[in-house]
Amino acid sequence: ALLAHIPGKAIWIPDHTHTHRASRESLKMEPLADVAMLPGEERVIDKDIIYICPFNAAVKGKVFITNYRLYFKNTDSTPVTLDVPLGVISRIEKMGGASSRGENSYGLEITCKDMRNLRFALKQEGHSRRDIFEILFKYAFPLSHGMQLFAFLSQEKYEENGWNVYEAMEEYRRQGLPSSEWRVTFINKNYELCDTYPTILVVPYKATEEDLRRVATFRSRCRIPVLSWFHKENHAVIMRCSQPLVGMSGKRNKDDERYLDLIREANGTTKLTIYDARPNVNAVANKATGGGYEGDDAYQNAELVFLDIHNIHVMRESLKKLKDIVYPNVEESHWLSSLESTHWLEHIKLVLSGAIQVADKVSSGSSVVVHCSDGWDRTAQLTSLAMLMLDSFYRTLRGFQVLLEKEWISFGHKFASRIGHGDKNHADQDRSPIFLQFIDCILQNNVRVKTASLWSFVNSDTSLYINPFYTSESSRVLYPVASMRHLELWVTYYIRWNPRIQHQQQSPVEQRYKELLALRDQYLKKLEELQLSDSTHLTNSSTPNAATPNQHITHLQTPF
Amino acid sequence: MLSLGSGGAKSTKPSFVSYVTPEEIKAEKDPPKKEKHPDLLPGEVEFCSANPILKYSQDDLSQHGVFGTLFCTNFRVTFISDETPQEKTAKTFKNKLYGEKNDIPLMCVDHIYGVYDEKRKLITGGLVKNKYPSKMIIHCKDLRVFQFCLTFTKEEDAKKIFQGIAHHCLEEKSLKCVFAFSYMGTPSPGTDLSFCREMLRKQETIMFDSPEDWTQEMKRTKANCRLVIENKNFELSQRLPKYFVIPLAIGDLFSYQGKGLPIWCWSHYSGCALFKASFPPVTQEDGDFQKHLETMINAVAHNYLYSVKTEDLSESLPNIQDIQQSYNKFKQFFLIENSTDFWLSDVKWFSSLESSGWLDIIRQCLQKAVEVVECLEKDNTNVLITEEEGTDLCCVISSLAQIMLDPYYRTLMGFQSLVQKEWVAGCHAFLDRCNHLHQKDKECHSPVFLLFLECVWQLVQQHSPAFQFSETYLTVLSDSVHVPIFSTFLFNSAHHREGVMKAESPLAQSGPLSCPTVWDWSVQFDSKAQNFFYNPLYSEKVKHEKAVRKPHKPKHQRQLSLPSTAFKTPLKKGFFKDETDSLKKMLQVKRLSRWMGSPDSPAATTREFYESWQHRPVDYHGLLLPCLDGPAVRVWMQRYLRWIPEVYILGGGSVAMTTKLMELLSQVQDLKRVLEQRDTSQAAKIDHRPYIQHRLLSFGSSGRLSSSFPFAYTRNRSFKPIIPTGLMQRLMVTDSLASQEDEASSVASFV
Repeated sequence: ALLAHIPGKAIWIPDHTHTHRASRESLKMEPLADVAMLPGEERVIDKDIIYICPFNAAVKGKVFITNYRLYFKNTDSTPVTLDVPLGVISRIEKMGGASSRGENSYGLEITCKDMRNLRFALKQEGHSRRDIFEILFKYAFPLSHGMQLFAFLSQEKYEENGWNVYEAMEEYRRQGLPSSEWRVTFINKNYELCDTYPTILVVPYKATEEDLRRVATFRSRCRIPVLSWFHKENHAVIMRCSQPLVGMSGKRNKDDERYLDLIREANGTTKLTIYDARPNVNAVANKATGGGYEGDDAYQNAELVFLDIHNIHVMRESLKKLKDIVYPNVEESHWLSSLESTHWLEHIKLVLSGAIQVADKVSSGSSVVVHCSDGWDRTAQLTSLAMLMLDSFYRTLRGFQVLLEKEWISFGHKFASRIGHGDKNHADQDRSPIFLQFIDCILQNNVRVKTASLWSFVNSDTSLYINPFYTSESSRVLYPVASMRHLELWVTYYIRWNPRIQHQQQSPVEQRYKELLALRDQYLKKLEELQLSDSTHLTNSSTPNAATPNQHITHLQTPF
Repeated sequence: MLSLGSGGAKSTKPSFVSYVTPEEIKAEKDPPKKEKHPDLLPGEVEFCSANPILKYSQDDLSQHGVFGTLFCTNFRVTFISDETPQEKTAKTFKNKLYGEKNDIPLMCVDHIYGVYDEKRKLITGGLVKNKYPSKMIIHCKDLRVFQFCLTFTKEEDAKKIFQGIAHHCLEEKSLKCVFAFSYMGTPSPGTDLSFCREMLRKQETIMFDSPEDWTQEMKRTKANCRLVIENKNFELSQRLPKYFVIPLAIGDLFSYQGKGLPIWCWSHYSGCALFKASFPPVTQEDGDFQKHLETMINAVAHNYLYSVKTEDLSESLPNIQDIQQSYNKFKQFFLIENSTDFWLSDVKWFSSLESSGWLDIIRQCLQKAVEVVECLEKDNTNVLITEEEGTDLCCVISSLAQIMLDPYYRTLMGFQSLVQKEWVAGCHAFLDRCNHLHQKDKECHSPVFLLFLECVWQLVQQHSPAFQFSETYLTVLSDSVHVPIFSTFLFNSAHHREGVMKAESPLAQSGPLSCPTVWDWSVQFDSKAQNFFYNPLYSEKVKHEKAVRKPHKPKHQRQLSLPSTAFKTPLKKGFFKDETDSLKKMLQVKRLSRWMGSPDSPAATTREFYESWQHRPVDYHGLLLPCLDGPAVRVWMQRYLRWIPEVYILGGGSVAMTTKLMELLSQVQDLKRVLEQRDTSQAAKIDHRPYIQHRLLSFGSSGRLSSSFPFAYTRNRSFKPIIPTGLMQRLMVTDSLASQEDEASSVASFV
């Protein structure tokens, strides 16, 4: 589990090179063409190559490969550069053979995890691609070659230790825990109870450590129901766990049943609601492999609701279809029906509406238990989305980081296998865009940068999410509208490689707002100065005719 | 709120039967009924009324509703609730003429359905005999849906109100019956300040009903054309404006009743210009007329460098019936009667949207406009767009091209002037196209003007900072078409307007008849509400750049900035150059094939044009082109979703954001004013701090506006979310993936 954390952390590095570059200008760096390298980054190979750009024609240039990135720069007139962190590469293939005919038919094809494919052509003579292919293959998939990920090689020094963003105790204390009904347990401090759970867990006060151990035997991978979020006013809770091990024979476990009842009792909920994220049929099918769901007769004081969210494999295929319609060219004539046929937005709608149901239940005072099969994919999506709706703290930049650390990293979302860091096995069944889907669900932009803004998913309540618009309304519950009418494709993520779709660095709304805020501050300051000078004039009253300092209103970009 | 029986509440599908008899209802309610009457507008007359009528509340699956009285007047159908109105919610965007909750202007009624024994039937003029339905469903042109239950009232009253509404809303009537001719509203003086501003605003909209307006416009665009005043009394043609502008080279005006006469629309700074003309299809035998057309094309070519490109819009764009059909399909997705329907249609939303073809028509129009812009801007060729009547798609394309090319038309006043120039003075047949009089002839109805507004919305959406007006302005304008008070949208042509107005005036007792124009927004909204028309994102042009239209864009410089690929295309075939002999041949070629572009498809060439434009830095006061890719052309959310409770965003959506911006903007303006005052007059040494403090404090504490009209503030913090129903039935995942286990392999480990 610990290992899974570290690659999980590493996923941020690829995405943020651009923003880092600016801040690091002061440091001395070996120049790579015109890009500063990261500390610890080393050049491996340079080569003349042709990039077959899907939007222009073939571009002649030079490719540089380091232990961190693939960088391409044109040598002919068309200005094209590529800066691809190797971690983004999912698959490298040879294209054509030494005897292939046709222009640019011999080369490499690289499939990326960020919705694009890159094709390079090389000279056919003298096995010119052999060395570059081997090197790229080695460095793009270091773990498959007994090497370390760049995250461990990086010598970057950060001002702040990012590992300290999330302090479990502090976060539980913020929520108002422990309380008379809920206690903190250290039973998992050596990952003995469950190796995919964090060390600090919050459980019902009345449940003993022995109870927990017994419940663990009945939950898949020992992921017992533990507290995720606590409603300060009505004391309802969100619990997360994995499926019960019911199996074909319909096993029961008295301890598990009693444990769930303790959760229910904690705030006097009449009926505990168990949200099973899966479709009903899948939950039934899971019985064959020893899993299953909480049956009516065994859990009398609970109601079970299936949220019909599909598994990682369905999601992965859906995203693949989406990629097909947006890269390299955006499907033109039947855009809408093609989009519909990917089901991507439909999956998002299901996740969102599941989260709405969870949030609604909790805010009406009932405690809920959320699980899927193992409780680390769909469950994490649902609990964290519901928490975003319920708790405005998570809508702040800091709070959002805490949420990710808590619900995703500490509770064992398998970042490493879902994203496949450094792994050459591109067809791995375990890969799935679950985290991307979650992020799509909230359309977050850029978690590390100060100017970051959290876009709400459906544009609903955008004003609350955009950083400059954020107002703290702590008690407010936000519900998005989970209708296809409001769902949109996140164009700036999925279609960002297409030069024809406009990419505004900053939304005009945000820009304008910041402009105005700055203007207001400027005017206020000026006014303050004037008032001050007035009052000094009045007290001195020696020079009544002295003109106020000749203040000119500077002409601004946006006059009114 | 009264709930009706258990019948409706239990079943998921709403049934139209009510299990409560009128007697029961009467017994429940004490009869101390005060006679309630609507506040009538000046000139408004009540026709009939009925009580009690149950108006179903829209946001409920079960059969809940409010009892009240239904009235029909010469202006509207209106419902007045028996319940004493609850505390008034702060309405920030109230229409002064009618309320969105209970009033339906007669002209705004689209269809009426009657429910007879649970069967829904479309009511047409002929069907109104004796039988009245138990339930009446009214679909409005602004996409509101009303449902009234008629079974609680006395039979004769029910019959009367049903027949009255059906008669006044559906049957063919004469123009004189339109409320505008009875309306005695005097322009409300309003509060002094807003009134002044109003007058100012009004003055700035150029009406294009005088020679001066046209001369002024020619001067503004530096056009070198000829103003025609010979049609002052419509001697030349009744389908042409009173005054219009034509190429200098046209000598003979009076042949073919002005048919084929190229009407000037706009001149590019290079000298080339855009013209439009009515071009009936040329039959082979009619050699004379063909010759006439050639002369006309020649005249256009003479305007600048002897170049012309003609485009027959009726060949390359959908015709007005296609537009009508597509819109009819499209609007059905928004005329939602209950939640079940909503969530059912939600599943197939994208494909049904596509099947209506409406977004595609919008795309085609924008595409065509970009092609025209490319000719003017890049090739500096004169363009003549033609169409049989010359007043439908010609208006759409020429107005769109002008908005893309000329930043003046992206201001509120400029936009209104453009609508006046191309549409109102330009003789778009509003009366026929909007079907204000419920004529039997269905051929001529078509939402062409709405299509234009839709296209403009796409531009506004994509390039907000370039527009002074907001999405809300466009929505309100699209609604105003169906408010029977404004002269703007009531006539088929300038000739028609003048004829009617002249004939009407002696009848009116109080002097000459004067209907307000729609641009007099104070008739509908107070000045506070009018603030919503302005886009706070608009980046106004900095003053000192004002007079630099020409030097601002030296042609050669601009071309240098284009990537070289943009110039590899050969000269376009439709581009005539000093070849009078080939004109005729070309004209025939033109008629045979579509738009003559380079060998590539038009889409491909305009894409190149778009890309080269996109590579340049954004200039919101320069050329503006729309992106036409699939994801870029979108549904006008505000207009279409504002009445559907399932998709209300409480305290959110774009309006909430816009208002926050507006608040901040007005604060900054206040501060600036204070500072300026201090600068100019030494006397003003009042301490403004308390006031400013107050303003700052109030900032952000106000409620949030909601996405639904009329943008009521949400003070109510607890609300139930809307949870979609019927989610899974449709999502069929056919492959075996769905049944797979989440974890195919054991926990992956990296050691």
